[in-house]
Amino acid sequence: MRKTRYAAAAIAAAAALTLSACGGGDSGGAEATGEAEGSGETIRIGIKFDQPGLGFDEGGSYSGFDVDVAKYVANELGYSEDQIEFSEAPSANRENLLSNGQVDMIFATYSITDTRKETVAFAGPYFVAGQDLLVRADDDSISGPEDLEGKNLCSVTGSTSAQKIKDTYPGVNLVEQPGYAECVSLMAGGGIDAATTDDIILAGLAAQEANAGQFKVVGAPFSEENYGVGLPQDNTTCEAINEAITKMIDEGAWEEAITANTEGADYTFNDELNPPTPEPCA
Amino acid sequence: MENYLTLFETYDVPAAFWANIQLTFWAAIWATLLGTLLALFRISPIASLQFVGAAYVNIFRNTPLTIIIAFGVLGLFGQLQVSLTEDFNLNFFRLAILGLSLYHAAFVCEAIRSGVNTVPLGQAEAARAIGLSFLPAARLVILPQAFRGAVAPLGNVLIALIKNSTVAAAGSVAIEASSLMKTMIEFRGDLVIPIFLTFALGFVIIVIPVGLLTTWASRKLAVAR
Repeated sequence: MRKTRYAAAAIAAAAALTLSACGGGDSGGAEATGEAEGSGETIRIGIKFDQPGLGFDEGGSYSGFDVDVAKYVANELGYSEDQIEFSEAPSANRENLLSNGQVDMIFATYSITDTRKETVAFAGPYFVAGQDLLVRADDDSISGPEDLEGKNLCSVTGSTSAQKIKDTYPGVNLVEQPGYAECVSLMAGGGIDAATTDDIILAGLAAQEANAGQFKVVGAPFSEENYGVGLPQDNTTCEAINEAITKMIDEGAWEEAITANTEGADYTFNDELNPPTPEPCA
Repeated sequence: MENYLTLFETYDVPAAFWANIQLTFWAAIWATLLGTLLALFRISPIASLQFVGAAYVNIFRNTPLTIIIAFGVLGLFGQLQVSLTEDFNLNFFRLAILGLSLYHAAFVCEAIRSGVNTVPLGQAEAARAIGLSFLPAARLVILPQAFRGAVAPLGNVLIALIKNSTVAAAGSVAIEASSLMKTMIEFRGDLVIPIFLTFALGFVIIVIPVGLLTTWASRKLAVAR
C-alpha cells in the first residue's frame, strides 16, 4: 500500500515538472494567437527586451537595431507601426515561439545555424556580427583574443560566445554571468578585464548612457554570426522579407539604424561582411 | 530518438549533476554546522546571542538566494577581490558554497529549533537539576533529542538545497546542471523540450531517494515518548 503511494507521488511530481517545463514556453501565447487569428491585422514580432542597442524594453516602447529592422520590414509587408505586437523572445524560447505559432517572426540577435534550420526557417541575414571584446576605454593591453591568456574574461552562461572561448582559448579565466549587464558592472569594478560576445551587442552596451565613454569595442572580430529573421518553417513571407531587407540596405536606412543605435560607443561595423546579401529562401 | 541520444555524446550530463551534488554536499555540511550554532544562540539564555541568532535567520531567510549568490561574484569577487583559492574557477565554486551555506543555515537553524520544541521541558529541567549548565545540557540532553525530532524538516532543507544548488549558475559556476542545460538549449534548439525533461528527471531521480530516506529515518530515529 505504502509503495503504491510513493509511486503515485513520484508520478505526480514528474508530471508537475513536465507541465511546468511546457508552461514556460506558453506564457501569454494563447491570447496572442487568438487575437491575431481573429483580426488578421496585427503582426507578432519577437525581440530581445534586455539588449540595449538591439532590442530593449524602455517601459513599453522598444528601441534598438533589431527593432528598427523589424519595423522597417513589417512596414514593407504592409503593417503600420501600431499593428506590430512586440513580445519578448529569450534565446532559449525562440524555436518554440516560432514552431508553436506564438510569434510570426523573430528579430533577436538570432544567428542562422544548421541545427536551428531543422526546426525553424530564416530570412536574411540582415547583419553579420562577429564575436569581439569589450574592454575599459583606457586599456590598451588587449587587442584581440590572443592577448587574453591569464586575464579574466566575462561572458553569458550557456552562450555561443562562452563556448567558443572555452573551446579555442582554454588559458583564459572565464567568468560566466547570467547577463551582459553583470559583466559590465564586474568590469567597472575591476574584477575582470574584458567581456565578450557579438560586436554589435557590445557596442549597444557601451553606448548606454550609464556606460558612455567608459568602454570600447576592440574591433577584431573572431567569428561570424549571421543574424537572420526567424520564421516558422511553413511561412510564406520569406521572399518578401528578403526584399524588404535589401531595400532597407539600398535606401541607406539600414546604416542609419546602426549608427543611431551605437552612438557614443566608438564602434564601426565590419564592412568586409556588411551589409550582407540575404540568402535565397529554402 | 537517435538525435536525442547524440546529446549525451556531446554533453556530459552526469558530470553536471555531479557538480550539483558536490555543491550540495559541502553546503550541507557548512549549513549544518552554522545552523546548529545559530540554533544554540536562539535557545541560549543570553539575550544578546538570541538577538544575533534571530537577526541572522531573519536577514538570510528573507533574502533571495540569487541575490546572495550574485553578491558573491559581483560584490566579494568583483569589488572586494576576495579569493578563497588560487584556482580561478574553484574560487567561484567555493563562493557559491559559501552563499548556499549562509542561506540554508537559516533554515537548518529553524529546523533544529522545531526539533528542540519536541523535547519536553522536563528534560531541560532535569538536566539543570543534576547540575548541568547550559552548554553541557544542550550538548548531552537537548540537542541529541532535538536532532532526532528534526530529521524530517532537515530533510526538507536538504531537498531544497539540492535544487537550489542550480542557483550557483548565477555565481559563475558554469559546470553545474542548469548552466549545462542553457548551453545545450543554445546549441540544440531543436530539442528544447527533451532537454528540459532530461534535467527535470535528473533532479527527480536525485531528490526522491533523499525524501524516502529522511521519511524512513525520521520514523526510525523519533524518540518514543
